[in-house]
Amino acid sequence: MNGLGAFLRRIVRSREISIVIAFVVIVAATTSVNSHFLFSADGWKQLLINPTMLVALAIGEAFVIITKSFDLSVGSVLGLTAFMVGSMYLAWPQMPVIVAFLFAIALGTLLGFVNGGLVALAKVPGMVITLGTMYIYRGIDILWAGTKRINATNMSQDFLAFGNAQILTIPALAILAVVVLAGASWYLRNMRSGREFYAIGSAPDAAELCGLAIGRRRLAAFTISGAMAGLAGAMFAARYGTVASDAGTGFELQAIGAAVIGGVAIVGGSGTVIGAALGALLLTTINSALPVLGISSLWQQAVVGILIIGAITLDRTLAARRARLLVAERMRT
Amino acid sequence: MTTGGPGPTLELVDVSKNFGTVAALRHGSLRLDPGSIHALVGENGAGKSTLVKIIAGVYQRDSGTVTLEGQPVDFRNTAEARAAGIAVIYQEPTLFPDLSVTENIFMGRQLVGRFARIDRTAMRAQVVDLMTRLGVSIDPDRPTQGLSIADQQIIEIAKAISLDAKVLIMDEPTAALSGVEVERLFAVARSLRDEGRALAFISHRFDEVFSLCDMITVMRDGSYISTQAIADTDEPAIVRLMVGRDVGDMFPKAEAAIGDVVLDVSGLTSPGMFADISFQVRSGEIVSLAGLVGAGRSEVVRAVFGVDPYTAGRVTVEGKPLPPHSPTAAMHAGLALVPEDRHLQGLVVEESVGTNITDAIRRTLSRHGFITRHRENESAQTWAGALDVKCSALDALASTLSGGNQQKVVLAKWLACDPKVLIIDEPTRGIDVGTKSEVHRRMSDLACHGLAILMISSELPEVLGMADRVLVMHEGRITAEFDRANATAENIMFAATHNASELVAS
Repeated sequence: MNGLGAFLRRIVRSREISIVIAFVVIVAATTSVNSHFLFSADGWKQLLINPTMLVALAIGEAFVIITKSFDLSVGSVLGLTAFMVGSMYLAWPQMPVIVAFLFAIALGTLLGFVNGGLVALAKVPGMVITLGTMYIYRGIDILWAGTKRINATNMSQDFLAFGNAQILTIPALAILAVVVLAGASWYLRNMRSGREFYAIGSAPDAAELCGLAIGRRRLAAFTISGAMAGLAGAMFAARYGTVASDAGTGFELQAIGAAVIGGVAIVGGSGTVIGAALGALLLTTINSALPVLGISSLWQQAVVGILIIGAITLDRTLAARRARLLVAERMRT
Repeated sequence: MTTGGPGPTLELVDVSKNFGTVAALRHGSLRLDPGSIHALVGENGAGKSTLVKIIAGVYQRDSGTVTLEGQPVDFRNTAEARAAGIAVIYQEPTLFPDLSVTENIFMGRQLVGRFARIDRTAMRAQVVDLMTRLGVSIDPDRPTQGLSIADQQIIEIAKAISLDAKVLIMDEPTAALSGVEVERLFAVARSLRDEGRALAFISHRFDEVFSLCDMITVMRDGSYISTQAIADTDEPAIVRLMVGRDVGDMFPKAEAAIGDVVLDVSGLTSPGMFADISFQVRSGEIVSLAGLVGAGRSEVVRAVFGVDPYTAGRVTVEGKPLPPHSPTAAMHAGLALVPEDRHLQGLVVEESVGTNITDAIRRTLSRHGFITRHRENESAQTWAGALDVKCSALDALASTLSGGNQQKVVLAKWLACDPKVLIIDEPTRGIDVGTKSEVHRRMSDLACHGLAILMISSELPEVLGMADRVLVMHEGRITAEFDRANATAENIMFAATHNASELVAS
């Protein structure tokens, strides 16, 4: 085993590193076509700020997928919370930024808790329940908003400034996303309850025999996913300054796609939130790079699809390979 | 029983558990003393596993008392039982394939340091110690995926030891282990006994029971039968207690004229499942495949019927070879399979009785690709009548029928295709006693009409009462064959628990 060979093998095995490499390649290729993509004040800012909402959603989605379920309602939760933040500014123009974010997260938490509660009560797969709440939450949003549109002039200057603020050229929203990511990652890795999400997703029956609080963890996963979608809703309002009733439509599938690309196994039990966040980063960057590379926007969706299928195929192949290696390893000793 | 000594560590008295109308456990009693290994034996379905699951907090008892070190306890879940010092090693290992060996051992009770942070270093060190003590070298950091059953069992044992449990219950832990691994397990069990812990050992292997345990409790039909010191008893006596009941008139088996060979299976092999299976079934004959759960009986009939593939061997029906792995061909050749699990494999419970009965003959019923309910019910009526299915109407949902009647519907469905060979897996599982004999009478009638019947049954009385010939399977092989006159509960039980070489030696 020479050093380089082992190094290369580790890269292939670590999904995080391969995503970072793919990200660097795409950014480099796009920048070589148009240097503004990276080397301009605006290009740099866009590159870092665009993925933040999807990163938040993907973190929440990762919690749910790790416990062997899906949350399809996150796009609708984002839309509803973003609209709520906008409406609150109509009523209370001087609402502090922190209060706006806390309210959005609180509403997201509540909606996520409803998802989790329904899953626990109805004993129906989360995918079905959240498919239902996806429409219900969106319906409430449309009922509430109508054709109304909340504009930048309706929101406080502080709030909009925060959405576009940069600290040492790094957007504040990106820093916020990274802080949340670090917290979630630490929790999943180092706390008992964090590890239990993995156990439940890996083998639910064994988790039952182990006496783990399966119901509580599943409820927690959906609640966290809702809270993350609420955070993304506040980010959306602060970043764009306009909110209509269709905000966040289709984000749920992007969030699942990001998690899957990031190596969160769709069958549950493995993956990291960092992987999911990197998946979101890659997905968003590809979407903004394709037009620059002269690829028709018509192809963008297809590229995302290919990426997802590619990631799952890679996962399957690696998992099968890993299973063989693990058996072989045990045979040797 | 002992004078002045310490009381029992764990004691169950008259514990019962019902699932719906089925009594899984009627009168379960067990007394585990400190520093003792207690054997718990009984036939399949005697209630051993239910008893274990009540102790472990998986199920909650309906009545009776459980005391741990003199204190009455009532575990609502497995976490409570574990916290009280009860560790259970189940028949099937229950590990998390994606997680590391260390995490598996400590899941739910990880060692934590500052800020409730999991202390991986300390846990790993403990696992290394445990593995050394158990005399195995399993990498603590590797995921449990890809480990052999024996290794997984070792991890379960390591988990139980790390719990520092007062009571350790092992539910058939040796079923998948080799001789060396069994010895290693026993060495650990003995050292735990010498530390004063109470152990219970469930096994069908009598040699192991007699070499390891000091007390033995026999269960039968969900009830406690007896407890003895191992030194005061022997294997034949225990077997008699396990099966000891009268095989009475429950089995109205009529003599049928036995004709030509209809089903001929030779050298059937599927690696890891079963090997070199050869037998014949003649028309008018009922042949029973007996053996313990997991001996490979269901796998054999699934392969014969073409549901599962096989690597070697041949199946012929009336002299014509059957292509492997094709249930359609098997059905055309005249085979019918009544599967073990009615709900899962035999019956569409959300459909009407009529639809269920005609399920397998849809093609012949259809006219230009359409089936009318009228034609369906007309055809179903014949068979429902013949088998005396009690239901309000053929349009009633199958889910509304009792277990016995559901079984008759499944039978009717296959008889409607006019089979030559009927394969029936556990014909009366979950059926109340009254209806059992009804199903048995139908089977006997069918044999009299010249049908060849292959029956899998885990209930010895049923095997003895119904079969013209008994084939006994043990660990994937046929180890013995008895005809009706020679079959007894004792020799079937003995053959089911020993492999072929041991049988020759005895």
